[in-house]
Amino acid sequence: MSESTTVDARGLSCPQPVVETKKAMNAQPGGKIEVLVDTVTSRENVSRLARNQGWEVSAEDLPDGGFRVVLKKA
Amino acid sequence: MFSSLNRLLMSRMGPAVTGAVVGILAPLLSFWGNPANMGICVACFSRDIAGALGMHRAAVVQYIRPELSGFILGSLAAALVYREFKPRAGSSPIIRFFLGMFAMIGALVFLGCPWRAYIRLSAGDLTAIAGIVGLTVGVVIGIYFLWTGFSLGRSYQAKKPMGMIMPALAVSLMALLILAPSFGPDGTGPIFFSEKGPGSQFAPIWIALGVGLIVGWLAQRSRFCTVGAIRDLIMLKDGHLFKGVLAFIVAAFVTNFLLGQFNPGMEGQPVAHTNHLWNFMGMVLSGLAFTLAGGCPGRQFIMSGEGDGDSGIFILGMIVGAGIAHTFSFASSPAGPGPFGPGATIVGLIFCLAIGFLMREKVSV
Repeated sequence: MSESTTVDARGLSCPQPVVETKKAMNAQPGGKIEVLVDTVTSRENVSRLARNQGWEVSAEDLPDGGFRVVLKKA
Repeated sequence: MFSSLNRLLMSRMGPAVTGAVVGILAPLLSFWGNPANMGICVACFSRDIAGALGMHRAAVVQYIRPELSGFILGSLAAALVYREFKPRAGSSPIIRFFLGMFAMIGALVFLGCPWRAYIRLSAGDLTAIAGIVGLTVGVVIGIYFLWTGFSLGRSYQAKKPMGMIMPALAVSLMALLILAPSFGPDGTGPIFFSEKGPGSQFAPIWIALGVGLIVGWLAQRSRFCTVGAIRDLIMLKDGHLFKGVLAFIVAAFVTNFLLGQFNPGMEGQPVAHTNHLWNFMGMVLSGLAFTLAGGCPGRQFIMSGEGDGDSGIFILGMIVGAGIAHTFSFASSPAGPGPFGPGATIVGLIFCLAIGFLMREKVSV
């Protein structure tokens, strides 16, 4: 539960942010995963994947215009 | 009303809404003057633009297609309104250029991009099936590379003017279309315009541009992608983009049927050939190249309107690829594959496979 991973997917083109998030989920089936992305499209794609996989999703803006997507699962 | 439309486009149903609208508008464009089963074809239209600019000598396919300028400008407008205009570049541009080139060569062996493959099918052209199967195989090969660490590397934020290059090109092309200046010796082209053949068939300029703008806007908001649709369905079991393709095919079928443009069969289909092997192989190449580059040709135009310079480079690769495909006899004709089309397809596949195997990296976690 205390496990935490950060995936830096900024600048990666579609669908790599999703692929890297999926790999992180496979390696760590629960806990907290932070995904850094730089486009709204990537934020949506990562969020949709996570919800489909039963993760709780929240997102916040980063100062450089990107987003931090936080995924949690018990 | 505007914000509820936007919510719909941003929802899971967004791609399906976009697909349905494109499926209605594309056959209508044929009805209004575009070539048969070619209401919208991103590859064919890029090829026509290459011809109009004098980059190939195929006299029957030369015209500046306003739809593609509309894609870029419609996407730009949507991206500006919703603050998604984000100039960025630097993810292996030279590789993307060649992926665009070979994606185009594959598409011209088949005679159409994925958009046109679906349009052809919806109009009863059964030779499109081999192409769509090929497209799917190409995407599956691409998925293998994606799962095994394929990456063209990161792009980086760029300054605003860089994101305006492709929109400026879109406006310039419109200007060249309307002014039709002659730069060549003795007052002969470019700009070249076909006097017969598909290049001589076109919907009125402002209708074509209008449709392009609408599609550009809708696709920017909904992320409609004809290659991502197959990719996400197979790779992630996520069908929301695929619903866009299904809606596209169904809407185009109904519209074609109502307009009397539905003619089922294999033989004598407009701007198509019946060599199933090379219909298949051409689209394997295209599907793989598009998947490695992150999206279908339409999507590349949309992303270039959002400021993605790497998509812009891919598009320039497509246009140069079209010039090469026609001058080097790679492109097919209704009679069948060009003499060197199969060879070029093999070379393109070797290139894409090499890129797929060699461009791997571990993303920092």
